[in-house]
Amino acid sequence: MDFSNSISNLFGKSPIKPLQEHMALVVTCASHLEPFFEAVIANKWSEAGGIFDTITDDENQADDLKKQFRLNMPKSLFMPVSRGDLLGILAQQDNIANTAKDVCGIVLGRQMDIPSSLQADFIAYVKSAIETCEKARKAIDELDELLETGFTGQEVKFVKKLIRDLDAQEQKVDKRERKLRHRLFKMEEDIPPVHVMFLYNVIDNIGAIADTAEQVGNQLELLLAK
Amino acid sequence: MELFTEYGTILIILAGAFGFFMAWGVGANDVANAMGTSVGSKALTIKQAILIAMVFEFAGAYLAGGEVTSTIRKGIVDSDVFIDSPDLLVFGMLSALLAAGTWLMVASFMGWPVSTTHSIVGAIVGFAAVGVSTDAVNWGKVSTIVASWVVSPVIAGTISFAIFRSVQNLILIQDNPFERAKKYAPMYMFAVGFLMAMVTILKGLKHVFKDFGVSLTFGESIVWAMMFGILVAIIGTFLLSRVKRNEELEVSNRFANVERVFAVLMVFTACSMAFAHGSNDVANAVGPLAAVVNVVSSGGDIAAKSSMPSWILLLGGAGIVVGLATYGFKVMGTIGRKITELTPSRGFAAELGAAATVVFASGTGLPISTTHTLVGAVLGVGLARGIGALNLRMIGSIFLSWVVTLPAGAGLAILFFFFFKGVFG
Repeated sequence: MDFSNSISNLFGKSPIKPLQEHMALVVTCASHLEPFFEAVIANKWSEAGGIFDTITDDENQADDLKKQFRLNMPKSLFMPVSRGDLLGILAQQDNIANTAKDVCGIVLGRQMDIPSSLQADFIAYVKSAIETCEKARKAIDELDELLETGFTGQEVKFVKKLIRDLDAQEQKVDKRERKLRHRLFKMEEDIPPVHVMFLYNVIDNIGAIADTAEQVGNQLELLLAK
Repeated sequence: MELFTEYGTILIILAGAFGFFMAWGVGANDVANAMGTSVGSKALTIKQAILIAMVFEFAGAYLAGGEVTSTIRKGIVDSDVFIDSPDLLVFGMLSALLAAGTWLMVASFMGWPVSTTHSIVGAIVGFAAVGVSTDAVNWGKVSTIVASWVVSPVIAGTISFAIFRSVQNLILIQDNPFERAKKYAPMYMFAVGFLMAMVTILKGLKHVFKDFGVSLTFGESIVWAMMFGILVAIIGTFLLSRVKRNEELEVSNRFANVERVFAVLMVFTACSMAFAHGSNDVANAVGPLAAVVNVVSSGGDIAAKSSMPSWILLLGGAGIVVGLATYGFKVMGTIGRKITELTPSRGFAAELGAAATVVFASGTGLPISTTHTLVGAVLGVGLARGIGALNLRMIGSIFLSWVVTLPAGAGLAILFFFFFKGVFG
């Protein structure tokens, strides 16, 4: 039991900044996917390996931040937002980094070859998934301003608009995913079946990154509801 | 009485020393809690906070501290019981001062919950109930005081909640919060000035007015207090006019400039906090001292009406200033460094709520804990979804403070009481 009497013991560490820092790190992690796939397409495997190491480092760091965040969230904390919602957002954010690392791991481990006719679309698909993460980060970045206004007024409208943007971006990713899968389906016959399977897997997982980013936005919307 | 002619000077010197010791403790520890929020939200530097504390603690004690001092001096004990044995009252008040001072010292050293108010009330009740008789305690008054310890944080929380909600609605949720903040901040400054002036006129200056043959009706008091409030608001408006919008600050936080406006406002609430603290807590050191001086100088006549010599208040004020200068600035720095999550827009609401409650209690003559009231006020702002994270364990430590400090103060007072009785009696 803390016996000390000083008023300073009343103040816990605000969860907002650490959550934003975690998000920033996680999005950096996902944004490495673009140079990674460019290296893969160019057949520069050692460069791709180097990027994979960076992603792994970032992911580990994000894991550390996640652990610290959870340790700083005792049940006795009284916060303007629910503890469960914050932990939910954190878990989703963390999934972004995890999935990014998994995708790279598979591609690197199998030295996957992306069919040349799909390459341009594929890179565009990866870019738009990263863009979704960026939009989610923008929304999370507003949390300190939300706290400042006490989760009311113009700021709430502004964040809701950011979340709408995020949803729209995720739908764009969905569209690209469908197109990519369809084109892959058309050329299935010419590629070894196991390889096709894993190509679908990679496409799915990149889609999942965008999905998770959207989930972060949805969870944030829950905080706005009174 | 023979005791007072023989040992009178020694007793007064002892009481003065113990009172100074208590006041030193208040300055070293309590003031830091009252001013720490302003330092933590970076509205004031430590130096500025100490300067404000020195001036306004003293002003509060001198202008509005009379009622609480009189409660501590003669409200907790039943004076009638001591008419035949004024020596017991003198020994009791001496031991209460020494007990509370010692307990504060020990508790601060160990990092335990310390409240000057609880220590001194516990000590006075202790010596009177056990050392003299249970009839010697004015239980009605004591239960009112204890009830006020529970009520004061709740009231402060309610006021702070309302103030912060008004800030949200008038300023923070609007399109142009910076302009809005500049427009409405003088209103809150007016409230600060009005509050301090009202309590001072109604309670503090009563005796001064009587001496000069001036008497104000309640309505006239309100008019004077309003005029003072307007004066404060004008000074505030002048200070605010120097706060210019700095676009660069808004890159990382769009409310950075709004907070700069509130930081100016917080200078005023810090003054009111120091004033409120002085009006309530200086009495803890000065009250028992006044009781001793009163009895000794009247030769043991408890009923004798006498005004409090001004040197007593000066001694209390000096003790606080010395406490601040020798140790309080360190505590303030530590507290300020730990409170980093509190921004001026919240700190001001909490301080104003707490100061209003404490000043009101001072006017009513109730000794309450400024720290606990401030905790209640901060929780009130938290309930309005204003603060990132609050540690509710602090509420447990407040209860613990009551449970531990009251018996500890009482026990030590009983011990010292029999010691003094043995030495002088």
